[in-house]
Amino acid sequence: MKPYLTAMSAIVLREAYRFLQQRGRFIAALVRPLVWLLVFAAGFRAALGLSIIPPYQTYITYEVYIVPGLCGMIQLFNGMQSSLSLVYDREMGSMRLLLTSPLPRWWLLFSKLVAGTAISILQVYAFLLIAGLFGITMPPLGYILVLPVLMLTGIMLGALGLALSSFIKQLENFAGVMNFVIFPMFFMSSALYPLWKMAESSELLFQICSVNPFTYAVEAIRFALYGEANLMALGIVLAALIVFGGLAVIGYDPARGLIRRKV
Amino acid sequence: MTKGLIVSQLSHSYGAKKALNAVSFSAEAGKFTALLGPNGAGKSTLFGLLTRLFVATEGEIEVAGHGLADAPRKALAEIGVVFQQTTLDQDLSVLQNLRYFAALHGLSGSDAATRIDQVLDQLDMSERRHERARDLNGGHKRRTEIARSLLHNPSVLLLDEATVGLDAAARRSITRHVHDLTTERYLTVLWATHLVDEVYDDDDLIILHRGEVLSKGRALDVANGMDLSDRFLMMTGSAL
Repeated sequence: MKPYLTAMSAIVLREAYRFLQQRGRFIAALVRPLVWLLVFAAGFRAALGLSIIPPYQTYITYEVYIVPGLCGMIQLFNGMQSSLSLVYDREMGSMRLLLTSPLPRWWLLFSKLVAGTAISILQVYAFLLIAGLFGITMPPLGYILVLPVLMLTGIMLGALGLALSSFIKQLENFAGVMNFVIFPMFFMSSALYPLWKMAESSELLFQICSVNPFTYAVEAIRFALYGEANLMALGIVLAALIVFGGLAVIGYDPARGLIRRKV
Repeated sequence: MTKGLIVSQLSHSYGAKKALNAVSFSAEAGKFTALLGPNGAGKSTLFGLLTRLFVATEGEIEVAGHGLADAPRKALAEIGVVFQQTTLDQDLSVLQNLRYFAALHGLSGSDAATRIDQVLDQLDMSERRHERARDLNGGHKRRTEIARSLLHNPSVLLLDEATVGLDAAARRSITRHVHDLTTERYLTVLWATHLVDEVYDDDDLIILHRGEVLSKGRALDVANGMDLSDRFLMMTGSAL
């Protein structure tokens, strides 16, 4: 087991080192949700009334409502950023180095996911800290209980990015992924508005939001932040992880995946 | 003679385009085997298959007695590889790059440190261990990559156009160095190139053209008394 953990820790440390060197990436990762929280939410607050819905025990402001969604947003963008770096690594050739290691390829890919997730969790906690400074706080236990959930949701969203990266031929095609995956996933979820609000305006959109795995990632985070476990959301996130992880393993399989034509 | 690398009836296609057609050869331990062919001959495809980046449509590869299809992990553990495109992390130092690679092979702590010292010493790179890869010249980058490829003590070393982009002096130096390593470490070396001056008379030589092996044997014998470039021209009708 030791060689496996050695390789994983090296991959995580390398990712962390790269992240620390790219301070702009860290700031950008924080600015995006903070703009939503401090600018958009302030405007929506007056327009959007929210009733009491679990896990909230009382009426909440819109800023409080969107914090879990913005945590998910950080992980979603981070997962895609990781997949972008994989496409870049593949074009630059450094992906070859990883894939010629004698350790199982699924383990190497899993290590990449863990590395990306660790970075996204750092960003989420930095975001929660800043939100706290603006008076948007969660129960203290929630900050601890959300950690394992963030691991799960981060790995699921990273696995989605990984699967996509195995099918993206060139770096230039990544803009398409942004438009066709990230934005629909984010906007058609419960990140910005509760699903019952969506159902009021469009049954079709409600149905789409209901099958969007990102919705369940957000709900799993939301409940964990309030010290509760949303078992259905956790189960769906886990199922999505298995599907996306399986696609990523197939995508990077030297015998079957598209990778055989591109590495 | 021990066969470090055996390639049998290897074929590979990209869609309808055949990149390799029934390629067979073997490379012996302690011998420098040059794979000579122009751009587009199929050298990089062959390296992709040898390193299991993708799997051949047909044929078999055996590395130090391990079938690449049957026992990929054992086979890959025996392979050190230098790709045509540099694969160093430019933001990391030489030492950090080597540590990262060692970890990918499961080496850590004192084991990794000892081997890193050894390979840096062998490649005359000890003094540059703390320099960032980005700041190294082309020759030193290549030396770092060769040092890295030797870290896990492989028995087979694959180098794909390892001197591409280097000046003549750096090319000569690296070619000489790898020849020396071949005998010192009793390595099986497969050296892909399109430059005939990197092939020594006593090297084994495989000539690859349009995905097929045209000739193989001792370089001096393959040349058959001619200049190797002229011999290649005669065989293929095209210059290298």
